[in-house]
Amino acid sequence: MFSTIRIQTAAFDVGAETRVLGQVSSQVGAITSFTGLVRDINDDAGVSSLYLEHYPGMTERQLAEIVAEAAERWQVLAATVIHRVGELRPTDPIVFVGVASLHRGDAFQACEYIIDYLKTRAAFWKKEQTEAGARWLTTRDSDLKTAANWQADDASPKKS
Amino acid sequence: MVKVIFFASLRENLGTAELQVAVPEPASVASLVTQLVAVYGDHWALELNRDNVLVAVNQALAERHQVIVAGDEVAFFPPVTGG
Repeated sequence: MFSTIRIQTAAFDVGAETRVLGQVSSQVGAITSFTGLVRDINDDAGVSSLYLEHYPGMTERQLAEIVAEAAERWQVLAATVIHRVGELRPTDPIVFVGVASLHRGDAFQACEYIIDYLKTRAAFWKKEQTEAGARWLTTRDSDLKTAANWQADDASPKKS
Repeated sequence: MVKVIFFASLRENLGTAELQVAVPEPASVASLVTQLVAVYGDHWALELNRDNVLVAVNQALAERHQVIVAGDEVAFFPPVTGG
């Protein structure tokens, strides 16, 4: 399994990242990807910019662990996780998760698993600049619930 | 010395990003917090003892009772909000 983890301030090119995933092996039959963007509204407040920080070293390790878990659970030929940090603005791409697999089912599920756990486990923190001032975000209960569903969900297709 | 680091809202609320602290032997995360509060005051007790504050020792999540020794890196941070 090829895994690429990058934390960077620069933008990323979804097309280029997806192409790379398709080139890792001639067995790749499906690539799924998730791209998260900065919204201009959150919890009813207008957001003018977003600042993101991480824990250098630990965050990369956590992302690698999450990818490894997904590869245990589903057939993953390659996975790429890119997360931006620093100052971002509405409409900016902030996170990319791409998974290449033999079949779409594994690719879809592994991709969703990785982003769900990234949101609740990986050491990133967001601070929003809104009309009302700056505020650090708190973890959403809905995100915690979504991630917890994977633990309860033992009926999911496993790697054969 | 133990390297102590704070992230995000915790760093801002404490006005501190990083400290080097000499810890006695034996020491734990909990005893480190007690030591910090003794030096910096009740405001630090309030911030570091919040229910949702997480701790990592050498970049792995840890409980308050975890033993720490010289050379360790101890990080305190609020719940994560990436993605």
